[in-house]
Amino acid sequence: MCDNNEKIIIESNKLNLYYGDNHALKDISFRIPSNRITALIGPSGCGKSTFLKTLNRMNDLVPGVKIEGQVMYNGEDIYSKAVDVTRLRRQIGMVFQKANPFPMSIYDNIAYGPRTHGVRNRAKLDEIVERSLRDAAIWEEVKDRLNKSALGLSGGQQQRICIARALAVEPDVLLMDESTSALDPISTSKIEELAMDLKSRYTVIMVTHNMQQALRISDYTAFFLLGELVEYGDTQTMFSKPTDKRTEDYITGRFG
Amino acid sequence: MNRESASLTQGLSARRRAYDIGMRALLYASAIIICALLLFLIGYILVRGIPHLSWEFLSSEESVIKNIEGILPALINTLYVVIATLIIVLPLGVGSAIYLTEYATNKKLVAAIEFATETLAGMPSIIFALVGVIVFCEFAGLGTSLLAGAFSLVMMTLPTIIRTTQESLKTVPQSYREGSLALGAGKWHMVRTVVLPSSVDGIVTGCILAVGRIVGESAVLMFTAGMGMRLAKYGHGLGEFFKNLFDSSGATLTVALYNYAKERADFESAFAVAVVLLVIAFIINIAAKLAGRKLKKH
Repeated sequence: MCDNNEKIIIESNKLNLYYGDNHALKDISFRIPSNRITALIGPSGCGKSTFLKTLNRMNDLVPGVKIEGQVMYNGEDIYSKAVDVTRLRRQIGMVFQKANPFPMSIYDNIAYGPRTHGVRNRAKLDEIVERSLRDAAIWEEVKDRLNKSALGLSGGQQQRICIARALAVEPDVLLMDESTSALDPISTSKIEELAMDLKSRYTVIMVTHNMQQALRISDYTAFFLLGELVEYGDTQTMFSKPTDKRTEDYITGRFG
Repeated sequence: MNRESASLTQGLSARRRAYDIGMRALLYASAIIICALLLFLIGYILVRGIPHLSWEFLSSEESVIKNIEGILPALINTLYVVIATLIIVLPLGVGSAIYLTEYATNKKLVAAIEFATETLAGMPSIIFALVGVIVFCEFAGLGTSLLAGAFSLVMMTLPTIIRTTQESLKTVPQSYREGSLALGAGKWHMVRTVVLPSSVDGIVTGCILAVGRIVGESAVLMFTAGMGMRLAKYGHGLGEFFKNLFDSSGATLTVALYNYAKERADFESAFAVAVVLLVIAFIINIAAKLAGRKLKKH
């Protein structure tokens, strides 16, 4: 469990998720602190990505999915009927495993979110685009070609464009679903640095396959196995003195 | 066989070599036959049609008294039918395709509808003609008119438009949709700003090919839009466009060709119309190719 002094931003209570007959998440109760980096680790198919996607309700798009239990975001149940999913996703942004810039110019990619939410003023958009690109540490690389297609950038640049795009709508929480797994080490370290910079203003929740990455940048780590949350706690403690045998086996590389 | 002694220069055995040459000759022959056939067809039409083709033929209405031959009515009718059909079929077809690929959640229903559209796409056009006569001319009271013809052609081209649009929507990566929704876009906003712009090349190409089918169709229009060769009632400007659709009937180019060839045995005129159709088909195909390339920006 996380430190009691932390301000909690997201909390799940007895969350169960089924894909048809497949019980993919089992009784997940979990409190995620604000302005920290929380890493979700575990072997493939353990439910960590599924859990991440319940937080901005991207699982709604999967046919046949059934969700029980609660996910509270700032004290509101995000699965309550009254919740407007588009507003939720505006506040809980997401960066995907594979960079997915739209087939538009770099500028239009970043401006997409603000435009979606009604910003039309060109000066305001210019300002948001520059700020987001700076926040994503890619402004210097692209400032002279904002009107060129984002698809012409390298993989690592594309992923930072996607981060900038997510930041442009000023979310509170940034979900990162193995966002560095397809990148080279240099791009990866840029994004890791970025995540550490961002946590002063955002809450970052990241799924990662890479345990060194979790250890390097996260404050808290949660270990998932077969749809269960096995262990959750302070990253340093968890990697040095795991309480559960299964966690120890996983982080020492006995399976996974 | 001793592998060591088989040298690289020895190559294939005589039998395999003969087989190889034989197959190659056969394939070349079939390609040559197809090309020759096509060239002969085009050449023959051009040779027989062009001498009869003149500006007067294209730009005037026929008159027995003045001894003038002309296909202006057929050209105008064709234009009318193409535009009217597209105005109806585009929103309908593209809309259904968007519904089927982006909105519909019932997989079985979607599969059933897709099967139905495929079956419709393969149906002989004379059946659409028959249904058009019963439903639009008789039951809906449109009589034999360009509008009844357009409606019948809508039925005929709808499956094609739906299929091509669907195919083109399906090529849009799912990650674009996810990216848009994750930024808090509503479904329609996502479709309008991300999905449609990425698939517009395919949709436009499909539409242009549908125009080709409309221009080439004769059976449906003979039944529903009439076969008259005279300029019935044409107003000036777009204002009377819709009124004329209801009032006027008449032959399009393909039907005019039928009239010339079968009713009047005037093969010179028939071939001249054929040349016009050939040129239109050529332009449509080029346009489809160019549109597909132009719109695929990124």
